[in-house]
Amino acid sequence: MPLLKQNAFVADQWSHLADEDALPDSAAITVSLARLQKEWDTLAKHPGQFGVRLPNTVREAELAPFLPRLALVIVTFPAFNDGRSYSIARQLRLEGYQGEIRAAGNVLPDQLQFMRQVGIDSFDVSDRFPLDSWLKASRQMSLAYQRGLYRPVGEREVWSERHRGFDAWEEQPHAG
Amino acid sequence: MSTPEKGQVMTANRLRDGEVVFLTRAGIWSEKIDDAVLALEPQAAAALEERAQQDVKATAVTGTYLFDAERIDGKIRALHFRERIRTLGPTVRTDLGKQSQGTAGAFAAVEE
Amino acid sequence: MYRYDEFDRQFVLERTAQFRDQAERRLSGELTEEEFRPLRLMNGLYLQLHAYMLRVAIPYGTLSSKQMHQLAYIADKWDRGYGHFTTRQNIQYNWIKLEDTADILQALADVEMHAIQTSGNCIRNVTTDHWAGAAADEIADPRPVGELLRQWSSLHPEFSFLPRKFKIAITGAPNDRAAVKVHDIGLRLHRNAKGQAGWEVMVGGGQGRTPMIAVTVREHLPENELVPYLEAIMRVYNLYGRRDNKYKARIKILVHEIGAEKFRSEVEAEYARHPHQTTEVEERELARIAKYFAPPRFEKLSRFVPQFEEAKLKDKDFGRWVKNNTAAHHVDGYTIVNISLKATGEIPGDATGEQMRVMADLAEHYSFDELRVSHAQNIVLPHVKLSDVHAVWLKLKAHNLAEANYGLVGDIIACPGMDYCSLATARSIPISQAISRKFADARKQEEIGAIKINISGCINACGHHHVGHIGILGLDKKGEEFFQITLGGSSSENASIGTILGPGFAGHEVPDAIEKIVDTYIKLRSPGEEFLSTYRRIGPQPFKEALYAAA
Repeated sequence: MPLLKQNAFVADQWSHLADEDALPDSAAITVSLARLQKEWDTLAKHPGQFGVRLPNTVREAELAPFLPRLALVIVTFPAFNDGRSYSIARQLRLEGYQGEIRAAGNVLPDQLQFMRQVGIDSFDVSDRFPLDSWLKASRQMSLAYQRGLYRPVGEREVWSERHRGFDAWEEQPHAG
Repeated sequence: MSTPEKGQVMTANRLRDGEVVFLTRAGIWSEKIDDAVLALEPQAAAALEERAQQDVKATAVTGTYLFDAERIDGKIRALHFRERIRTLGPTVRTDLGKQSQGTAGAFAAVEE
Repeated sequence: MYRYDEFDRQFVLERTAQFRDQAERRLSGELTEEEFRPLRLMNGLYLQLHAYMLRVAIPYGTLSSKQMHQLAYIADKWDRGYGHFTTRQNIQYNWIKLEDTADILQALADVEMHAIQTSGNCIRNVTTDHWAGAAADEIADPRPVGELLRQWSSLHPEFSFLPRKFKIAITGAPNDRAAVKVHDIGLRLHRNAKGQAGWEVMVGGGQGRTPMIAVTVREHLPENELVPYLEAIMRVYNLYGRRDNKYKARIKILVHEIGAEKFRSEVEAEYARHPHQTTEVEERELARIAKYFAPPRFEKLSRFVPQFEEAKLKDKDFGRWVKNNTAAHHVDGYTIVNISLKATGEIPGDATGEQMRVMADLAEHYSFDELRVSHAQNIVLPHVKLSDVHAVWLKLKAHNLAEANYGLVGDIIACPGMDYCSLATARSIPISQAISRKFADARKQEEIGAIKINISGCINACGHHHVGHIGILGLDKKGEEFFQITLGGSSSENASIGTILGPGFAGHEVPDAIEKIVDTYIKLRSPGEEFLSTYRRIGPQPFKEALYAAA
């Protein structure tokens, strides 16, 4: 499965460890949430970057103690219409998490823009669609009515534009 | 009246305009139920399913399914009133749908 | 009325272009049906029993005459010359082609309309009081908030794949005409002891398979907090609402399963969890929107208009229509005109392109260019001068639009049922036609008085049968249509769910059964007592006896 990040297909730099896999010496690794919770003391000493794979049935608040140490959170969409991870990603951003959030599972071009707007910035995507389809679908709407969205490629927020100077969100670091 | 033969008819909506259509023996989709092929055996029904799935992929039709029907004197009638309404048009607007376009088939009433 | 600015205009144009592209990709085979289906649904395009159906949003039920003209144009050019006004204040076209849909959406965009989120598991068209801005009992016009919520909910990235569809209704008056207690979220404007306006926030009402009355989660939410508070409710629902069973996925089931207290604390915790954002932008946006809803320039008129009073006396039919179909306006010399789309034997909520044009012209000449669609599937001219009412009536009469049965037994709410709907289990329209013919006598209707009959063609309850004073539910019993009757439902501020009376009836038996119920009521009512009050006083037993004892 290609990894879509910053408008390109890129190689995945991360090793995704199963629960029984031994910890490598230094590589960037992800583990399941269960393993993260169970082996936190060992994992915290891991010299490389690490991240977590989050089922969409847990409370995002469970991640709170680990957040400062995480560089990647993989959220999942078991079906394209199972939208729980949109809220989980939004909560992570509202909590101030600034690392990478990756979408895995059933990710389709027509959902890409919504995913980006809630703060997801990389995508495990199907190889059925060429890069062009992804890029085109991800910027079909140049406007959003909601405020406080994560906007890496610059949709304009209608309400903030209408009332410039009163938007507290603009001061937040992630709302670039 | 001869003894009715019971079987199944494959139906769908034409993708581009939504018109209700039925799969014929020739493998094309007709607007009229009397043109439909009546699958009398499970294998025949399975063949209709397969053909329908191909045409869904080929973007000819959408919303395919089999429904129970019977053939009497060479004419086909759906068993359930839902499918009968579908082969005719709205019962409250007989000026609309197949019943008004000459594509209703021989059994042109819901209760018959 | 609200008008689009350049942002709104661009938003709808981009959305239309996006759908055009999606439809082309489906027709070319790039998108599979499973992938395309949610995309077309989020643009209001369903596949129904006979063809595609397009549901067009009429935000908070308000239309200008230009918009109504465009709806007529669409009916004539791309459909079969008519449209169906729905119980959610929308309009549906029943014979739409996929290949025409993008052009239709463009025609809608031309008059500042769209079909966004009229289907799908997202926040649907926000509904409200069809007399908003005109009713004598109103605290404030709820439509500015309706528009604020329309914008906020449009393509909301976080809430476009909810467990199930989500419906919000708002009312700015103590007499609830928007059925807020049977919506996923109901909002009621009221003043607290200090005289400040705020919203009572009710959650978890609904109909369908498991009808429920909403519970209050906030008694008095300050207006400026509405959007962030709704976000908290939506987030709790999106995360914890059930997704394993479509029939248990609505928010009412979540509220019911975890309990109102627990639900409330989840929402409050979510609301309190994040550093509180400033709501200055929302306040400014609401103020901007509210300017568009400034009252029209009413003339200073007398409450007593001699030629109007004379016309009522001279023409009994006109007098009867005025008595039944007009309502108190908050400005002297004006009235609210309710146009019944329920002429005897006709299809509830259907209007021809020609009728739409007639109503649009009347609005332009006599009602400050405004029309409303009611959830009872009627059309409202909200601001008509008393001195113009007779002229309006004459025009309506010439187009079969002057039925004097507003709020009476002939004013039946009915979903499209099996005649059009692919989910239906039975037909509803023929039942409604038969009942309306049974009670065709105008005098008889008036003698019976205020009564609401609601008919649904399946358990999804689009005809709101659970909250009809008399509710009728069409089901399929071994391949035959049969109909269950409930009594005592109400969608008002004193909302209640109807009780099933007993065994069901065949379609042809229903009108007689309804007549027996009505006769029982007439026999047992106290002077001046309306049907629902009588039922609440005496209970179901006398009605059961009348229906089943003799059989």
